Amino acid sequence: MTRGVETFTVLQRLLHWLMAVAIIAMLFIGVGMLSTVMPKYVPLLATHKTLGIAILVLALLRLVVRLRCGAPALPADLPLPMKLAAHLSHYALYALMIAMPLIGWAMMSAGAYPVVLYGGIRLPAILPQSDELHTLLWNAHSWLAFAFFALVVTHVAAALFHALVRRDGVFESMAPVPSRDAPAAAK
Amino acid sequence: MPVLPRSPSRPPFGSLAVIALVVAAGAGAFAYTAGWLSPGRLTPTRIVDSLAPKGGPALGYRRNHAKGICFTGVFESNGNGTQLSRAQVFAAGRYPALGRLNLGTPDPKAPDATVRVRGMGLQLSTPDGEVWRAAMIDPPFFPVATPTGFYELQMAAHSDDPNAIPAFAAGHPEFAAFGAWAKSAPWTASYAEDPFNSLNAFVFVDGGGAEHVVRWSLLPQAEVVPITEDALAKLGPDHLEAEIATRVAAAPQRWTMIVTVADPGDPTSDPSKAWPAGRRTVEVGTLVVDKIEAERDGPCRDINFDPTILPDGIRVSDDPFPAARSAAYARSYDLRTAEVKDYPYHLQSAAGGEK
Repeated sequence: MTRGVETFTVLQRLLHWLMAVAIIAMLFIGVGMLSTVMPKYVPLLATHKTLGIAILVLALLRLVVRLRCGAPALPADLPLPMKLAAHLSHYALYALMIAMPLIGWAMMSAGAYPVVLYGGIRLPAILPQSDELHTLLWNAHSWLAFAFFALVVTHVAAALFHALVRRDGVFESMAPVPSRDAPAAAK
Repeated sequence: MPVLPRSPSRPPFGSLAVIALVVAAGAGAFAYTAGWLSPGRLTPTRIVDSLAPKGGPALGYRRNHAKGICFTGVFESNGNGTQLSRAQVFAAGRYPALGRLNLGTPDPKAPDATVRVRGMGLQLSTPDGEVWRAAMIDPPFFPVATPTGFYELQMAAHSDDPNAIPAFAAGHPEFAAFGAWAKSAPWTASYAEDPFNSLNAFVFVDGGGAEHVVRWSLLPQAEVVPITEDALAKLGPDHLEAEIATRVAAAPQRWTMIVTVADPGDPTSDPSKAWPAGRRTVEVGTLVVDKIEAERDGPCRDINFDPTILPDGIRVSDDPFPAARSAAYARSYDLRTAEVKDYPYHLQSAAGGEK
């Protein structure tokens, strides 16, 4: 699925950075709202649900864009374990971006909660009420959230490693603005 | 072609330090947000844990208001509420109601006469798909002014220190009024004779977008027959459930819903303070309870009567309790749905299946 391009397309970079902000906000809102009884709990929960569905829509769009536009090839001299880690971690990121909102939506459904987003948008239940499913999905949502955060931190560390240590153009391929002196991107 | 690291022979300590710093800052911010670095933070878990009796919580049950009985019925809206809120539930009509009459105790086996506070959880559904859930109690005001006060009350109530409650009362002057109510208010021998009050203030938004800060009450249409605590105790530990089942089987039971509108300056953020008499009230309809449902595996079991589940036209106010209750109720729901094997119905059916 890779094309020999140096950078991701503008649309891909836009989606990446928009979703980066949304997903990091989402993870912080998630752990934050579960540890507070303050009035902010109500808007945090509403934001979590709304942003979650927005991420789901963006992730599906992004998947289509990725399948159509591909991705720049990794540097040829990147050690095989790092290449493998890069590929696997991206599969995992896509899987989580799509699965987490669906798990959350299903969990709310299994808890017989109405799913109402900002703007009064009501989503239908995607599962009947079920104690067992609610528990299973709650645990999945929680543990996968920590895995997601760990993966995001690793992703950031790897991006910085490419940018600062290897200076191999991988970071520049997804940089928010194309850098003029990007070493590899400039070829 | 790819550029190799600047100086392969010398590890780039500065760059690695930057990366380590970013990772540490991210993880630290996450841990802080999650409350892991703030053991003093009042969390839903701490509130729910504080409710548990000495021997631990009753597994599989709601963590508070654990004893109760489910009902179904209708809310007959008279249309007057549309002056205050655009929610469809206030347009004249009949809307399905699901609710639960309950005792304010974490012990599902508590004898009726040992529990001073009674409650009603209620869910009203309208054809537009909106759902309104509420959980009300019968005192005219809440014992404490803040969620932190509620937590401290639970800690004091479960403390072995005989001075804990007096010390709590000294630090929470609003608690005295509740104590006086608990001592002097008459008991009844029927849920049908009890009023149920929102206590918390909510904002009603009308069709023109104007906002009205309100509290509401369900006032019993049944004649109230006061009874002493001792006389109630003599009726048996589970009198209320048996009585309401018999009573509803004989005739539907009704409560009138009254919405009280705050005047400017009324204490909307403090449910321990009743609003002065003479406030504008609007009678918006009647709750008709026409069937008592099984509590175990009945239609209420799956419902979290979270008071922040509101239709368009109603929203939370500056009262801090609905948010705190929502957070704590969700924790209770998460716990009890994970303890389904401990819920009596399932134990009985499992035992029955083995015979």
